[in-house]
Amino acid sequence: MSQVVQLPADQSEPAEARPVYQIERLSKTYGRNGFTALKDVDLTLNKGEFGAVIGSSGCGKSTMLKIMAGLLPPSSGRVMLEGKPVLGPRRDIGMMFQQATLLPWKTTLGNVLLPIEMRDGKAAARAAEGRARDLLELVGIGRAESIYPGELSGGMAQRAAICRMLISDPAVLLLDEPFSALDELTRDFMNMELQRICLERRATTFLVTHSIPEAVILADRIYIMDANPGRVAEIVDIDLPRPRNLDMINTTKFGDIVHHIREKLGKEAFGT
Amino acid sequence: MTDQGYTAAKSDLAQYEGDTVWTEHEPFIDRIPRWVAMTGLFVMIVGIWYVVTAVEIVSNIILPTPMETWEDIVFVGRNMASGGYMLEAFITTTKTVLVAFGLAMAIGFSLGVLVGETKFGERAVMPYLVAIDTMPKVAFAPLFIAWLGFGIASKVALATFIATFPIVVSTAAGLYAASENERMLFKSIGASRMQTLVRLKLPTGLPYFFTGLKIASVGVMAGAITGEFLGGGQGVGALIRVSASQLDTPRVFSLIIYLSFLGLALFLTVVWVQKTFVFWNKSDAPGGMA
Ligand SMILES: Nc1ncnc2c1ncn2[C@@H]1O[C@H](COP(=O)(O)OP(=O)(O)OP(=O)(O)O)[C@@H](O)[C@H]1O
Ligand SMILES: [Mg+2]
Repeated sequence: MSQVVQLPADQSEPAEARPVYQIERLSKTYGRNGFTALKDVDLTLNKGEFGAVIGSSGCGKSTMLKIMAGLLPPSSGRVMLEGKPVLGPRRDIGMMFQQATLLPWKTTLGNVLLPIEMRDGKAAARAAEGRARDLLELVGIGRAESIYPGELSGGMAQRAAICRMLISDPAVLLLDEPFSALDELTRDFMNMELQRICLERRATTFLVTHSIPEAVILADRIYIMDANPGRVAEIVDIDLPRPRNLDMINTTKFGDIVHHIREKLGKEAFGT
Repeated sequence: MTDQGYTAAKSDLAQYEGDTVWTEHEPFIDRIPRWVAMTGLFVMIVGIWYVVTAVEIVSNIILPTPMETWEDIVFVGRNMASGGYMLEAFITTTKTVLVAFGLAMAIGFSLGVLVGETKFGERAVMPYLVAIDTMPKVAFAPLFIAWLGFGIASKVALATFIATFPIVVSTAAGLYAASENERMLFKSIGASRMQTLVRLKLPTGLPYFFTGLKIASVGVMAGAITGEFLGGGQGVGALIRVSASQLDTPRVFSLIIYLSFLGLALFLTVVWVQKTFVFWNKSDAPGGMA
């Protein structure tokens, strides 16, 4: 399979600057230990935009994502999605975690249909089978639909998890280090797949990652987070052309951006 | 230099030209097929048994000869086949065991879910269960007899009582077994608490539940027989007690052997049901015996 993905030409028009996610003065203090994980975070994600957040371990990235997804209540501030406050898990939010977390007693297809089954029942899940098959086809594991997760490779399992996230047609995708458990080759490939899927669906995406190159190759805008308390320290816009491909990693421009972010992160982490 | 080294290595290698295929050798005792090993061991034990009784190291009243025992096994088998009183005893014991096992499953499962799923159960119910579980449960037998009389009910009660605890504990443990990731996933797809319980926690906990059932299947037998020892009645336990008091040791042995078939059948049924239901968990099931 080629890593360079050709896209339909009509994607040239830039994303209309309509805000999808609006986060205002978001703070989170964990009650259990009184630890302030996030302090006054402001962030706006526009329609069709690919945002990435990068920061040292423990700076509150996962906490932010969980609050955005409605899995965790904030201590103060607010999160608006499509003009409505996020007050719990929502159908228009698709989430993906570091682990694929497929249920071992369900086939790949059954796992993909799980969100539909939970929200709308078994009949709706059966009705959505065709769509689930299309999704599996889209990520290239159509033949694995009736296999159980025990027989899937790590990469295949994460593909299935992508399908499970996409099945309910979410308006935004929230990804918490989705491929960091995969080997580097597979990860690069999956990242390009992710880009292709996001461009095709014009999805609004927010990615948490540890890897600077990964953030740069995928994102339109990178939020560099500062730890203790977690806050957005700098925003870097990446104006590399779309669709991106892995060869861009070797360009000087790419190198400069990576260098800049690395310095910035080093400064945040070690104060040098 | 390097050239030389390479040539040297090459010529070294040349010595081994031909076969470098090697097989791993298992020691002889590990290579014996299962049925041969089992039969062999059986013959060995009976042989030793025979010698011990033939030279009368122990008196025949204490340990009957293998032949006597075999004859009695045949006798008991005939009696049961012709619908004699021993068949009735066996049916009584089997009934006791099955009813008690069913009750223990129902009670154990319900209590296990209560303890594993609710804070109330965990905080209030669990400490009492642990406290009772540490007591020697057989000691309750006289109480059950006093409450329920000498009929089958007191035996069922004791057997149920003994078999319930492993099921409670394993069911509760099973409900804790779902990972943080899985819980988060279910939350993120909008699953209700009930859905999370039924669709995630219970299936994840099934292997634990079955481990509890296996332990319970052993306990329920012990409970039923103990009840029959102490409370009389019609079961096999009562027969054993009477035979023992008449120094009819061959009869005791053969009854125990027939009882072990009942216990084995129960245990293997549980294993079979587990294999059919928990098809996704093949090797790493907790407590994986059989
Ligand atoms: N449930 C919790 N209770 C108390 N403190 C927590 C909890 N979850 C996270 N924290 C704390 O909040 C801080 C931020 O955690 P978070 O998981 O958001 O970090 P992260 O940026 O995602 O780190 P990583 O890159 O390692 O995944 C950490 O210092 C952590 O100790
Ligand atoms: Mg994290």
